[in-house]
Amino acid sequence: MEKLKYERPFIKKLNAGLMNKFGTRTEYTPHTHIDGVAVKELVAKYGSPVFVISEKQIRRNYQNAVRAFKTRYPKVQFAWSYKTNYINAVCNVFHQEGSWAEVVSGFEYQKAKGNGVPGNKIIFNGPDKTVADLELAINDGAMIHIDHFDELYELQELLTRLNKKARVAIRVNMDTGIYPMWDRFGFNYESGQAWNAITKIMASDNLELTGLHCHIGTFMLSTAAYGVAAAKLSDLAMNIKSRFGKIIQYLDLGGGFPSANTLKGSYLPGADIVPSIDEFAEVITSTLLNYGYKQDELPLLILETGRALIDDAGYLLGSVLATKRLSDGRRATIMDFGVNILFTAFWYDHKISPAQEFTHHTEDMVLYGPLCMNIDVVRESISLPLLNKGDQVVVHKVGAYNMTQWMQFIQMRPNVVMIDVNGNPHLIRNKETIDTLHDMEVLPDYLKKFEL
Amino acid sequence: MKLNKNLAVSETGFIFNPTSGDSFTANEIGTEIINLMKESKSIADIKTALLDKYDVEGNQLEKDVDDFMVLLRDNNLIQYER
Repeated sequence: MEKLKYERPFIKKLNAGLMNKFGTRTEYTPHTHIDGVAVKELVAKYGSPVFVISEKQIRRNYQNAVRAFKTRYPKVQFAWSYKTNYINAVCNVFHQEGSWAEVVSGFEYQKAKGNGVPGNKIIFNGPDKTVADLELAINDGAMIHIDHFDELYELQELLTRLNKKARVAIRVNMDTGIYPMWDRFGFNYESGQAWNAITKIMASDNLELTGLHCHIGTFMLSTAAYGVAAAKLSDLAMNIKSRFGKIIQYLDLGGGFPSANTLKGSYLPGADIVPSIDEFAEVITSTLLNYGYKQDELPLLILETGRALIDDAGYLLGSVLATKRLSDGRRATIMDFGVNILFTAFWYDHKISPAQEFTHHTEDMVLYGPLCMNIDVVRESISLPLLNKGDQVVVHKVGAYNMTQWMQFIQMRPNVVMIDVNGNPHLIRNKETIDTLHDMEVLPDYLKKFEL
Repeated sequence: MKLNKNLAVSETGFIFNPTSGDSFTANEIGTEIINLMKESKSIADIKTALLDKYDVEGNQLEKDVDDFMVLLRDNNLIQYER
């Protein structure tokens, strides 16, 4: 006689009157395939855990964002935010779609150049640009966005020494009515610091002020703040024109659009409260169009959107290592991925689905990662089916920041796979091995031997 | 260890404890274990019966049934004899 399918025995007390009005969220709909490729196959071929990126979803997100802005404003350019995900295959999907590169360090700059982005289509942001970085950027004709006065003076000295000119913008920070106000980057608008920097640049023979840049925050849930930002940058641009007769070529509104992830502590799921790209586009473009620019002097609108274009294109597949019961009776499930590779677990309550069929029975549990460290918690509380050792899960919306902020800590970084638009998986980053670690270490001779 | 005698168990896994007024839901195999316990079957016999019937490794079943007993105890559905 064929044996019946097994499920762990389970009993749950029924509580009345304790639900929130939206009901409890349970994730028992299995997510068995990604872009037509079976999760089981991906794990069998590339191991567990493994990051999987959908090229189709990246292109869909990008084209949607471009449509949202270009149907409202005549001159729009996106620049891919390298720090969000700088795996070359990912960057090149964006570059194929027409995106420029936005980098915040020397090595990101090298990556963009290495990918074939022309220097004049690289935006160089951030507070840390070495003299060598700046020299490279000057020679390539890159857009250098100045972050502080020390950098402004250093750049001027360098240009004098090289007898060259550079295209620059300043990063402007400002009060847009949101908290926290990001005033650590760039020059402040309200205090007059930004105008001071502008007048210094305008007085310089070596610096050509081509743009104005701001980046007002991250995971912004308020569209109105972008309207304020666009208005304040426009105010500067208009003043530059009236005072110096100089037409600013571009306004770079930076990034900060949210993805549909659910922030920790949020009462409603992210997908229900996050404004769409269209809503941001409407506020930004209508502010610019109504500001009073002459038609032929409208600045190019640059956007450095990262998270909103890549987050939902990334999945993390993982497996259950063990299940146990904690001293207070709660179920604990230990996964083979933790905060080491899922850094965003610190910010979000990630949606996690089982990768195989279960019955409708679910239990509340804590989801732990594999690290022997108490901080390694993937979800403090989640309702999932009766998972057993070896079962697989799919973590959703992990495309942004995880593959750049991941740690090689206790465990090595895993494989990253991209599924192309035709449904074929490609390995785009190899998993690390013990050699990855050893290659960088140097053991002095006198420490090579010991007796125990 | 014995199950509270007056538990009402429906075929669909709805369980009512008239002593406390608490009600519970159990999955199929959980309901089956409770019914076997009501018939005064020993835990060892129950494990053997389940192993014959379901596609599961012995170690896995052992761990899961032990855990289920903890759940029953935490919900005041069984008493340990002293």
